[in-house]
Amino acid sequence: MSNAIIELKNISKSFGEEDILENFSVEIERHAFVTILGPSGCGKTTMLRLIGGFEVPDEGQILFDGEDITSLPPYKRRLNTVFQKYALFPHMNVFDNVAFGLTIKKVDKKIIKEKVSEVLKLVNLSGFEKRSVDSLSGGQQQRIAIARALVNEPEVLLLDEPLGALDLKLRQEMQLELKKIQTKLGITFIYVTHDQEEALTMSDEVIVMNNGKIQQKGSPIDIYNEPQNAFVASFIGESNIIDGIMQKDFLVEIAGTEFECLDKGFDDNEPVDVVIRPEDIKFDKQNGKIPGVVNSVIFKGVHYEMRITAADFDWIVQSTTMEPEGTEVYLDFYPNDIHIMKKVK
Amino acid sequence: MNRRWYSAPYIVWSLIFVVVPLLVVAYYGLTAQSADGSLEFSLENFKRFFTPLYLGVLWRSALYAAISTVICLLLGYPAAMILASKDLKHKSVMMFLIVIPMWMNLLLRTYSWLTLLENQGLINQFLRFIGVLGKEQSIQFLYSEGAVIFGMVYNFLPFMILPIYSVMSKMDYSIINAAEDLGANKFNVFKKVTFPLSIPGIYSGITMVFVPAITTFAISSILSGNNVNLLGNVIEKQFLVGNDWNFGSTMSLVLMIFILLSLVIMPDSEKESQGGMII
Repeated sequence: MSNAIIELKNISKSFGEEDILENFSVEIERHAFVTILGPSGCGKTTMLRLIGGFEVPDEGQILFDGEDITSLPPYKRRLNTVFQKYALFPHMNVFDNVAFGLTIKKVDKKIIKEKVSEVLKLVNLSGFEKRSVDSLSGGQQQRIAIARALVNEPEVLLLDEPLGALDLKLRQEMQLELKKIQTKLGITFIYVTHDQEEALTMSDEVIVMNNGKIQQKGSPIDIYNEPQNAFVASFIGESNIIDGIMQKDFLVEIAGTEFECLDKGFDDNEPVDVVIRPEDIKFDKQNGKIPGVVNSVIFKGVHYEMRITAADFDWIVQSTTMEPEGTEVYLDFYPNDIHIMKKVK
Repeated sequence: MNRRWYSAPYIVWSLIFVVVPLLVVAYYGLTAQSADGSLEFSLENFKRFFTPLYLGVLWRSALYAAISTVICLLLGYPAAMILASKDLKHKSVMMFLIVIPMWMNLLLRTYSWLTLLENQGLINQFLRFIGVLGKEQSIQFLYSEGAVIFGMVYNFLPFMILPIYSVMSKMDYSIINAAEDLGANKFNVFKKVTFPLSIPGIYSGITMVFVPAITTFAISSILSGNNVNLLGNVIEKQFLVGNDWNFGSTMSLVLMIFILLSLVIMPDSEKESQGGMII
């Protein structure tokens, strides 16, 4: 049996004239924290709504545990959703909100009470049962929304940018907490976000999307260190993306200078995109390969961010040390910091 | 600039057209003509009102208004729901059709039903044409209690639809998604989410139908041919026929107090934020 709990097979979906997804396929692994990452309008929310049952695909199939659920209404699916703007029921208190799913299923009242208090404890809101949802802060409301979904013990939890409305500090706290909850319960989380940091922090697997297509699927480390194309490289973290020529296997020419690298399998003299992370650039006043001048220096807390103009290119360089503005420096890169990508046609 | 002055025109307006007339009504209502023709304080007219004859009229008015309100709610709620549904095509046309009768004068609208409903009217002619009625037969629609209630429902239905529509169309759709997601089928979504959240609109609708219905005199006198006397008709006659302004004012006061009381009885929905008043 495959390890996929959800499979999308050749899904197409359009709204009016606009094709959001076209012949889109993906498998979501069981028990994993999977993040769908992409800019707004890339089709990630549509994908989530298709899985949740709020949209029906024009074509294609959605499988849950190998079973076709394509035309199953939301209320019959064994998964729950945490919505972007919480979507709590304003006419109910915290208890009734969280108990909603179980009440519908006509679970015994005593069991409902136990389960609600259990799940409120899980989201650190014990004792909030009688509060009205209006009296809660954004962070608390979001916890209630998560509790309301989790109390139904879904096999898959869908989260649609649930932390988008929270401030930075709260968001970081909630990220860790969500990851902890997921690990504890061992269920599948499908998390949609446009925030790359969020994706890297929590996920077992990241699916990077753009224009309705999967750009890359892999662990956060792979996605960050081995971006498969220039889009992924620029979307995940900051990158210097510069034209290069692959002279032969393991040798690339950047800005007229030859560098050793770890990539092969390109045509001889094939033009390529070269991606180098800002923190991977070495600079030195004496030694190095590409001469340049420091243009600006910004202090960012843990590191400095410099703009260095070299070979007609504006390099972003991050380092814990710095050279003052106007200094002439030489740039150099280690072979394993040079990432070669095929040019996108 | 002192912003309080912005409200001056409104205050002047309501002084002249609301407060002063109310005071005049109260003055007449609490006085009676004495032997020498001057007005003196008296509760005589209240005593006169609280007799079976006039209490019966009040009861009938309240009953008719209540019946029309219930019918308006039963017709208007589904209509508002359909109008507010997300994937309704031609929504603006439908809205237009509901609102357009309100552009016409109530008397005109009601008189036009006279010509439609009378024995030689369009509806009876049509029924004869399709053979439901024989050649000489006709249905007596007019000059009945049914005709009055029909007229009330027809005239006040938009006032039920619009506030409910307004609340429903403002409802956050993701809340309905959330209910479905948590296992609620269409019926449960309605019972547990849509309906409770639309209650403020229902209250507004009830108020906006019940109050004009209980005070109307035009609809009842036109469509019943003066067969049905509601409180509005009786008050009108005191002023225009009986020339007893004092008793007419007393009845107006009682009616006002009755309406106030019946609004107080209704659960306090208006305090709950998103009341559906739209006018």
